Amino acid sequence: MPAAIPDNREVILEARELTREFDGVKALDRFSFRLHRGEVLGLLGANGAGKTTAMNCLLGLTLPTSGELTAFGLPLQANRIQILRRANFSSAYTALPGNLLVWQNLLVFARIYGVPNPKKKIAELMEMLEISHLDKRVTGQLSAGESTRVNLVKAFLNDPELLMLDEPTASLDPDIADKVRKVVRKVQRERDIGILYTSHNMRDIEEVCDRVIFLHKGKIVCEGTPADIVAQSSSSNLEDVFIKIARDGEVVDESKKEETV
Amino acid sequence: MNLHVISALVLRYLFLYTRTPMRLVELVFWPLVDLVVWGNVTVFIQKNSDAEFGGFILFFLGAMILWDVLFRAQQGVAISFLEDVWTRNLLNVFVAPVRTVEYLSATFFVGFLRILVTVVVMSLVSWLGYSFNIFQLQWWLLPFFLNLMVFGWALGMISTALILRWGQAAESLAWAVPFFIQPVVAVFYRVEDMPAWSQPFAWLFPATPIFEGMREVMKSGTMNWNHLWLAAGLNVIYLALAGWLFVWVLNMTRKRGLLTKFATQ
Ligand SMILES: Nc1ncnc2c1ncn2[C@@H]1O[C@H](COP(=O)(O)OP(=O)(O)O)[C@@H](O)[C@H]1O
Ligand SMILES: [Mg+2]
Repeated sequence: MPAAIPDNREVILEARELTREFDGVKALDRFSFRLHRGEVLGLLGANGAGKTTAMNCLLGLTLPTSGELTAFGLPLQANRIQILRRANFSSAYTALPGNLLVWQNLLVFARIYGVPNPKKKIAELMEMLEISHLDKRVTGQLSAGESTRVNLVKAFLNDPELLMLDEPTASLDPDIADKVRKVVRKVQRERDIGILYTSHNMRDIEEVCDRVIFLHKGKIVCEGTPADIVAQSSSSNLEDVFIKIARDGEVVDESKKEETV
Repeated sequence: MNLHVISALVLRYLFLYTRTPMRLVELVFWPLVDLVVWGNVTVFIQKNSDAEFGGFILFFLGAMILWDVLFRAQQGVAISFLEDVWTRNLLNVFVAPVRTVEYLSATFFVGFLRILVTVVVMSLVSWLGYSFNIFQLQWWLLPFFLNLMVFGWALGMISTALILRWGQAAESLAWAVPFFIQPVVAVFYRVEDMPAWSQPFAWLFPATPIFEGMREVMKSGTMNWNHLWLAAGLNVIYLALAGWLFVWVLNMTRKRGLLTKFATQ
């Protein structure tokens, strides 16, 4: 089980009281957190818990109803372009243009991000993700696993210091999901990347995340290292915690919390 | 503005055209069909009228070619945006360090390339097939071309803003918007031939003085400079308003949280 990252490292992403309403319903309700350099923070929660909404706000795709967002110490909206140069994003729900070849798509994004020596960079990353053989394939004809890894190459192109991954292992078979987790963890350690990682897959969280935040209906239900969270609740594993939260909206056994803190 | 960002986006569209040659066919095929129809109508009219009018009637072909400058510029902007929607690429672009003005500039440039392809082909065919030489407009061709292109860009931004606002259901606006204004900008007839009540509306669009000017130049070899100034002035206003509308709608979709929905549906 990975150990928690000490709090004294630089905060690279911070949300303060982030609230987002859709038609009067709060998809996120005074959501606050900090992500440190080199840390993988998991956002966990059932479908509709608000994970994607949080990420969209952090990417500047959706404006918050209220609350403050900063990245690298800078207010997000006013410094969006500068921040996005040092960040990247990948999601199971977006794709690179299906009618282009894999190398064409990657070259376009390498140039958008101003990567020096783009061809070399692309080749290195493709090798690392074990997909070098895909470079002349049509992007739209890749399998889910292949396409996820191509998206990850795109996400690593600019050597991001901050990476947001929205359910990167959704729709992957267990074998490929395992490979994706391992490679994300490997690159993250090598490059000291801070990652915000949403998922509803417990294996993801246990293997990849240093720290976890459980969301339920837009609110933080509990947070801590995966081990802490299991200890705080009267559950035996994260899966149980997840199910409890999804059904009851709460998990922390107050008496037990006293003991573990 | 970062040139490397703009050129990267243009590269993406160029890859697209080489990967899907049907798009190139479309770029050439429909304009040619139009041209042949109007070319044959022109020949028919020429045979049944006196020599002076018969020479002048060729303006139909000039109007066709100039209309296509406007139309292709508008398509460059609107279709490029739609390509990003169709391929679910919009989110990748919006989370990349791409400024709105860089994105728009890339689509402007794609519009320019589309014009080049179509206009070169049309000019050649109208010259070989119907002895119509677009270069009889001499150096007037340049301001005509520029003004129609800029107006096309403005219409492209307006079309895109409307699609952003009303979602993919409004997609056909990408093709329809130029034709909403075609009747009032005096492409194939003079403003004075239009119904009196509609004439004032004609002068609200920068394309009108250009098409009027084209006929003047074809007839007399010169034109009223005021027409050019009017077109340029109106274009500045249209470009500014269209750019503002686009940015405003984009911000509104961010506020409503519709941008991501739009980009992933
Ligand atoms: N653009 C939107 N318009 C209206 N409601 C939305 C929009 N985006 C998200 N929601 C709602 O916000 C809630 C959180 O959704 P989301 O963040 O996608 O959850 P998750 O990613 O955790 O599954 C859901 O109830 C969803 O229906
Ligand atoms: Mg989600």
